[in-house]
Amino acid sequence: MTVAQAAGKSGALEKYEAVIGIEIHCQLKTVSKMFCGCSTDIDGAAPNSHCCPVCLGLPGVLPTINKAAVEFVIATGFAIEATVASTTRWDRKNYFYPDLPKGYQISQYQLPLAANGRLTFDTSDGPFTVRVNRAHLEEDTGRLIHQDLDGRRVSLIDFNRSGMPLMEIVTEPNIRTAEQARRYAEELRLLMRTIGASDAEMENGQMRVEANVSIRPIGREAFGTRVEVKNMNSMRAVERAIAFEIERQAVAIDAGESIHMETRGWDEGSQSTYHMRPKEEENDYRYFPEPDLPPLLTTPEWLAEIKARLPELPATRRTRYREAYGLSAYDAGVLVNDAAATALFEGALAAGAGVPAKLLANWVTGEYMRLAKGEGSGGSTDPAELAALVKLVAAGAISGTNAKEIFAEHFASGAKVAAIVESRGFRQISDAGALGAAIDTVLAANPAAVADYRAGTLAAIGFLVGQVMKATRGQANAAMVQTALRERLDKV
Amino acid sequence: MANLSRADVEHVAHLARLGLTEEELARLEGQLNHILDQYTILTTLDTEHIPPTAQTIELANILREDVVQPSLTADEALANAPERSGGHLVVPAILGGGEGGA
Repeated sequence: MTVAQAAGKSGALEKYEAVIGIEIHCQLKTVSKMFCGCSTDIDGAAPNSHCCPVCLGLPGVLPTINKAAVEFVIATGFAIEATVASTTRWDRKNYFYPDLPKGYQISQYQLPLAANGRLTFDTSDGPFTVRVNRAHLEEDTGRLIHQDLDGRRVSLIDFNRSGMPLMEIVTEPNIRTAEQARRYAEELRLLMRTIGASDAEMENGQMRVEANVSIRPIGREAFGTRVEVKNMNSMRAVERAIAFEIERQAVAIDAGESIHMETRGWDEGSQSTYHMRPKEEENDYRYFPEPDLPPLLTTPEWLAEIKARLPELPATRRTRYREAYGLSAYDAGVLVNDAAATALFEGALAAGAGVPAKLLANWVTGEYMRLAKGEGSGGSTDPAELAALVKLVAAGAISGTNAKEIFAEHFASGAKVAAIVESRGFRQISDAGALGAAIDTVLAANPAAVADYRAGTLAAIGFLVGQVMKATRGQANAAMVQTALRERLDKV
Repeated sequence: MANLSRADVEHVAHLARLGLTEEELARLEGQLNHILDQYTILTTLDTEHIPPTAQTIELANILREDVVQPSLTADEALANAPERSGGHLVVPAILGGGEGGA
């Protein structure tokens, strides 16, 4: 029996409420590091090839603040409706570990760039708002590889990542379910990509999600002992790890055990969390103001400039799609969550005057996303061609089935829609005379189906429609075929 | 009289990764308490109208544009490394500590 099953059986989940806070680190999309000019283009680079005396923590060097990194955090602050500080400062967070060459990390403790924000998103239970405590700027650490070398246990250090700009975003503990936590992380990821602050790929560590999870009996206000959960490398892992941890704690408490303050890791293989280390108390980091950096003052003019540069944010865009184009909340959400789909939708709207937006949205969220996510999807879609295709469908000039074939061919080869329609003879037959001949042939060839229909098995008409479509190689207007068939069959 | 205990001194020494002898611990307990006593005197001053100060230099907003500058070569970066392997710096494995990228 798994822990989850045990919790379900014991009914532990009905007695307790989870209290969850999320910390997210995002690598910011600057071209140079946080406090030095080393390139951040370190993917696949030789170890220690993107380092200088500043990010190696050599004595006698001084950090200088990357303006673009500061602006990304301020932009994020505006996007989450936070208060952006007029005065901020840097602090040293002291701890010893080989990935941190200075023995301290430059971070922001007392005066973060942004505070008191919030982010609202949809869940299966309706909209939910996470309160954000703060967003601040800090530097990343180096990367360690633990391994055996000549029979000794050693750590290999690559300082390429040392000093990369990181934004840390910390929520208040007002998240109550694993799903809310996942949706928050997804919405924040979308926000980062929309602003252009971070690519926020979890798989390669550009976005790292950590959760503080505790439970308390329903109705009690005091928090339980919290456990930090790390190593969640996908959105699905975030939800599963938190759900597992809630259940683990419920089962432990019900069994009379106590919860210890600790850091636990998510293990994808066993779908469970495991003890990593006891959690140090916060004041053990001995934060103090960074003497090497002057304070940072944000003028109203600078803030206004950053705010003016913000693109349309996901929440605003979803509302606009619903209100201006009549899309459902679900379709608007699917479109806005996918940057390529959003670009295609906007591009096709701009390229094809008069293209029906709702039908277009169906094509983007349906056929386009299906093909784009499919096996070996190397294809692409020209927004103007999609607009042309959707207009043909809306005008009834080609059937839906044929339109899908045309789209698939355009996606694969890049050929123009008009050229595919011509070369494959995909014009829809809406001519009653031409259809009538095909229908008469089908009726004559299928006396059994005709008899079934007349005997009251009305579904038999579907079979007959199919036969006519087959006879016309899919070019018949299916609605017209159905009407014409009824006319003939209902005539006694 | 400041009230820093022997256990506090041992804790601070541990955080700073300092291995101290019994004798040093005893001496530092006295010295640290003496320093704290001096601060106790400062706390008697009225600082009501003085803003919190973390910097005494008259500078603010020293920023640089996001422009790449040349890095050291990997060879230069590792010039002082006591041991290397495959372009990495080698150190004894430390288990269970640190923040690991946060």
